Amino acid sequence: MVDSEMVLTGQTIAYTAYCIVIILLVAWFAWKVTGKGDGKGVKPAIFYTFVGFLTVLGVSLHIITYNTIPWTKVDLHRSDYKPDKTFSITVRNHQFILPSEKMVINVNDDVLFDVKSEDLTYGFGLFREDNSLLFQMQVVPGHKNDVIWHFDKPGVFAIRSTEYSGPKGVFMIVKDAVEVVSANTAN
Amino acid sequence: MSFSKTLITGEEALFKSETLTPMQKLTLRFVVVGLIYFGFVVIEGMLMRLYEVKPVPFITENQFFAILTAHPLVGIFGSSYSIVCGAFLFLVPFLMKKPLWSIKLGNWTFILIAVGTFVFWFAGFISHYAPLYTLYWPLPADFSQFSVWGGTFFIAGIAMVMAGTALFILNIFKTITYTPEGWAKQRCGALLSSALGVTGFNNLFRKNKKEHLVPLPVAAVARGSVDMALNTATILFTGVLILVYMIGSILGYDLKETAIDALLYKNWFWWGLDLIADGLVLIFVAGTWYLIATLITNKPLFMQNIARAALLVELVVSWTVWSHHLLSDQAQPGILKVVSGEMVTAFELITQGLAFFITLATLWSARPLKMTNPLKFLLGGLLGFALAVPAGIMQADVGLNRILHNTQWVVGPHVHVAVLVGLTMTLYSAIYILFPILTNGAKLYSQKLVNIHFWCHLTGGIGMGSFMGMAGLKGMLRRTLYVDGEFNTLMILAALCGTLILAGFIAFFINIVMSVGLKGVLGIFTPAKIKTTDLTPL
Repeated sequence: MVDSEMVLTGQTIAYTAYCIVIILLVAWFAWKVTGKGDGKGVKPAIFYTFVGFLTVLGVSLHIITYNTIPWTKVDLHRSDYKPDKTFSITVRNHQFILPSEKMVINVNDDVLFDVKSEDLTYGFGLFREDNSLLFQMQVVPGHKNDVIWHFDKPGVFAIRSTEYSGPKGVFMIVKDAVEVVSANTAN
Repeated sequence: MSFSKTLITGEEALFKSETLTPMQKLTLRFVVVGLIYFGFVVIEGMLMRLYEVKPVPFITENQFFAILTAHPLVGIFGSSYSIVCGAFLFLVPFLMKKPLWSIKLGNWTFILIAVGTFVFWFAGFISHYAPLYTLYWPLPADFSQFSVWGGTFFIAGIAMVMAGTALFILNIFKTITYTPEGWAKQRCGALLSSALGVTGFNNLFRKNKKEHLVPLPVAAVARGSVDMALNTATILFTGVLILVYMIGSILGYDLKETAIDALLYKNWFWWGLDLIADGLVLIFVAGTWYLIATLITNKPLFMQNIARAALLVELVVSWTVWSHHLLSDQAQPGILKVVSGEMVTAFELITQGLAFFITLATLWSARPLKMTNPLKFLLGGLLGFALAVPAGIMQADVGLNRILHNTQWVVGPHVHVAVLVGLTMTLYSAIYILFPILTNGAKLYSQKLVNIHFWCHLTGGIGMGSFMGMAGLKGMLRRTLYVDGEFNTLMILAALCGTLILAGFIAFFINIVMSVGLKGVLGIFTPAKIKTTDLTPL
């Protein structure tokens, strides 16, 4: 199953490779442009090919992610999905008010987090024990802020505000707030 | 010549401030103040980098967030706007071959931007007003966290900068369209049409194409100025709104924060802010690349008409991309996320890619070139945007944004690489190319210092962005603190790269001071002895 860790690994590889190529390309250009020249310009055909390449790249990125990142479709069509579990969370005075001390989820559950702010704009993110990000969303006062997430592995997660809400927001962390357990353990 | 003598009178005593025209003095004042504010930004950035590694006792947490609030605003307005306004107030009349419409107005722009920046920076420094540049409602009006008086002065400072910006825009458009005294009547409407791209657009449907009355870089300045005008109006309106709440609080009235819809406000504000980040910056930068490339090569720009059209497309794109900042806002309509946030934003890859290619192709046509200072910094600027734009396109994706939003990825490989490497190196290129023109032939003190500046800035900027990006991919958020040192290794490496940028800036600063001398620097700020509207002495 493709998860956020795998997506980020793919992104790291792709972007690092791109960076190396573009840095080498500019270095090569700097070397050649100061070397011997014949005064010949660039052919328009190369230019139009480059434009075509950029167009294909720009469009295909989103088509690829829509079809490969599992949460994208779910996110854009949330109302069509029926979650296995729903947690309603309130945020007020820089504090998360959770439905229970620990929210327990079964592996392979689709869970809806419905987060409401009663004052400022906050963020809501789930973080693994190594501080890496599982997912996040913004929590805007006066609006519905909900996200559905599919949990395919056991683990313990912290909740942290992912949006700046003043200096007090730094401490908006609830450790071990979510635990994902395998179905056998839950039973 | 001894070191102390050079320090006083400049390299070979070639720079004589009394020979400067009022226009040269105006531009140099903008550049000096812009560079001083850049120094502020680098030092603030370093303080924050250190604080991210280990909180230092002389900075409180509230002070840290006040610095975080002022840092991008001083960088954008105090530094970049100052240098850009100064350069364009000189270059537009230079390219239009007529005097600036009003030097007096130019001086007011300088005063308002310089003083306004200091006012909001100082208000933040004293009062720790820290709602960040994003000002997400109702945080700027949260007086349980922030001082209402500090906030009032902070917003007033921003308003001063915006007033200066409005005067700049007026001056630019008047300079393009007015008829100088004694000249044959200029076709105001036709000039404006050419500057804004209407002529080029209509040419698509005409058999007999009309000539472009305005040079391409001037067209870029004009189109970027349209975004600047819209952005100025947005920020001023928002500032007035926040001031209403502040004045209400000072007078003892607690206005209802929920009267303003936080999501609508967020849409409105990002629409306005993106006119800078995704509008005028990209348009101004493309125009500057084209100008520098043609000045370096003395050849016409490759695919000139397409470059003009791309500038117009970029302008329209900049009005419709704001939703990529709201991909993690679940109440934002999905159609806006996909069309504005993803698809229109992807156009920036195309428009910026075209500008990149056209500039390189223009340079290529003039091989062999000498690796001059403007050329090396131009290539650095091109590389910066080539690295930063795709990083931005990646985060402007519904799927990827779910795991990248507000992480260090956004602010590292995208924002800092775009601003520090892309924009700033382009501005340095422009400074190096304008230096002899603005100083009437002053000589640079040391080529070695230029090279140190170049390599430190380039490697420091890319390195810092890279380590921040790695931290972001590991889950490190922006706009917060990790008090247990969770990401210390990467933050120490980012801080070391930040030190390189600081070292590069010090090398540049010493070089410029030693080139023009302390006497020369002070002379820039005294009234001009030559009374002329000409750009340079005859």
